[in-house]
Amino acid sequence: MESVLALLIGLMVAASVYLMLARNVLRFLFGLVLLSNAANLTIFVSGRLTAAMPPLVPKGMTEPVGVVANALPQALVLTAIVIGFGLFAFALVLVYRGYLALGTLDSDAMRHAEPAPESGDQKTETKAKGEAL
Amino acid sequence: MSWLLALPIVLPFATAVLVFLLRERGALGRRLSVVGCLLLLAASAALMVAVLDEGVVAAQMGTWPAPFGITLVADLLSAVMVVITAITGLAVAVYALADIDARREALGYHALFQVLLAGVCGAFLTGDIFNLYVWFEVMLIASFGLLVLGGDKAQIDGGIKYVTLNLVSTVMFLTGIGLLYGMTGTLNMADLSLAVREVENQGLLTVVAILFMVAFGVKAAVFPLFFWLPASYHTPPVAVSAVFAGLLTKVGVYALIRMFTLVFTNDTGYTHGLLLAVAVLTMVTGVLGAAAQSDFRKILSFHIVSQIGYMVLGLALYTPLALVGAVFYLVHHIIVKANLFLVSGVARRLTGSFELSAIGGLYKSSPLLAVLFLIPAFSLAGFPPLSGFWAKYVLVKASLEVEAYIVAAAALVVGLLTIFSMTKIWAEAFWKPHPDGTAPALTNLARSERRMLLLPVFALAGLTVVIGLFPQPFVDFAERSAGQLLNPTAYVEAVLGVETVIGRLP
Repeated sequence: MESVLALLIGLMVAASVYLMLARNVLRFLFGLVLLSNAANLTIFVSGRLTAAMPPLVPKGMTEPVGVVANALPQALVLTAIVIGFGLFAFALVLVYRGYLALGTLDSDAMRHAEPAPESGDQKTETKAKGEAL
Repeated sequence: MSWLLALPIVLPFATAVLVFLLRERGALGRRLSVVGCLLLLAASAALMVAVLDEGVVAAQMGTWPAPFGITLVADLLSAVMVVITAITGLAVAVYALADIDARREALGYHALFQVLLAGVCGAFLTGDIFNLYVWFEVMLIASFGLLVLGGDKAQIDGGIKYVTLNLVSTVMFLTGIGLLYGMTGTLNMADLSLAVREVENQGLLTVVAILFMVAFGVKAAVFPLFFWLPASYHTPPVAVSAVFAGLLTKVGVYALIRMFTLVFTNDTGYTHGLLLAVAVLTMVTGVLGAAAQSDFRKILSFHIVSQIGYMVLGLALYTPLALVGAVFYLVHHIIVKANLFLVSGVARRLTGSFELSAIGGLYKSSPLLAVLFLIPAFSLAGFPPLSGFWAKYVLVKASLEVEAYIVAAAALVVGLLTIFSMTKIWAEAFWKPHPDGTAPALTNLARSERRMLLLPVFALAGLTVVIGLFPQPFVDFAERSAGQLLNPTAYVEAVLGVETVIGRLP
């Protein structure tokens, strides 16, 4: 089971790298979501897999009986999902604001912070604006 | 004891809540932010005293015993980083009194700033690797907010690059944690330091080490992972970029130093050898990038990259003297770099631009500012007797000791090129007359504003001079700290208890 999941993680990483190589920032973000889910899955698998063995303590005892699922990676994954979701929400809004302000999703055309060096600053400013429109 | 360790995290968070509630109230919230930083400084000083007296101090949060709960732990390096965070935070909070406009204030600048400080302190004090990830996130989300707060076009543009690349590094860090946990079954850093020796597949451990190296490398802005930094650091207000420049990348360097002295020491020939190459390339590319720029803050941004190389160099050489250099450099650099950004902000106030070709005349009209620029600038370049000279001297000596002549030569040449950049700023912004013929005198600023802007610059420049003129106590301190890093037994014992450690040592 672990090896199947390992292959799946590999597939997810490959797909996310492909997406992240795009110049479109939105595609990059989708790749990032996929990558963070691959990371979550990695943590989950690294806690070893046990089928249908919830880590519950039977009534009247102080520790679970026999082999049970590792609860720690699940807690970690839960934390990572929550944090990842928050960050993704922020990044998505940022990209949307970027689209409104800069008029493009192409990362190569975003030259406001670093105007192209060869022409003067004034010129680049207008050029970038022209492209944006 | 546990309060002493938790206070540097609790205080900024509490301040953040208060100033967020008061964000519409202008002056009250602003002053409260400064008070919060003063309290943080006091708490960090108390922690420092405790660490100097008792050695490494540790506390188990919620009294869960060590490898299971979250541990807060402070050795000398952690303690000094927290102190320096508090100093930088205080300086920037005072500067922000005159620098942050009412709009950004109402949007919650001060609250985000305090959350950032809490995240940075948390990252320095935690003894748990997953908790370190959480602190990185706290720091990151606060820095995202600060970077794009106000929403200028350039800010959004820089923000997109900063956010995306940092998120990638975060995911790599998380993957590394997962794999490391899978191999060792623990997340406690002290416990990890013992557990990694029992891992059978040491090769896989090195792979995971490289994952961590890349993840922290992005945060620390080393070659070839630094491109987000010069793309974004010059876009927000100065009170934001100064605290970024001082603290954020240094958290990455701290994490590198911590992990690659405590946990990943199984194959130092490979990992630290790689770090050495990275360090030299970082120094060189950073300084060359700076030489090509003509914007005050962009030049400084590239110099952050270049200086990070020196700190990583100290770690990479992995000798006692080199680590002394790395610790000394960290402390010196945070003060100097934050100060240079603050000076650039004052210069911009007076002359109207960051673009060097559009400004000038500062030396004639405000010689005081010129002196205040020269101190951190020469310190950055490594002029004796300022703090940067001792930092570079120790590192060059350390590289000569292990006969790494090319590394030593690179360190010296990069120092020389740093002078080139600093003299460029000097010639353009200070010596040359202002192209519009205006006289950028300090007296043009309102009296109260002038005080708020110059007080932190004075204080930080004073610290630079003090470290430069009396380096002995600081070097002694760095030596003790390096000793703790190279022999982490005290750290591990403080976290896990002496008996556990004796039972598990080979």
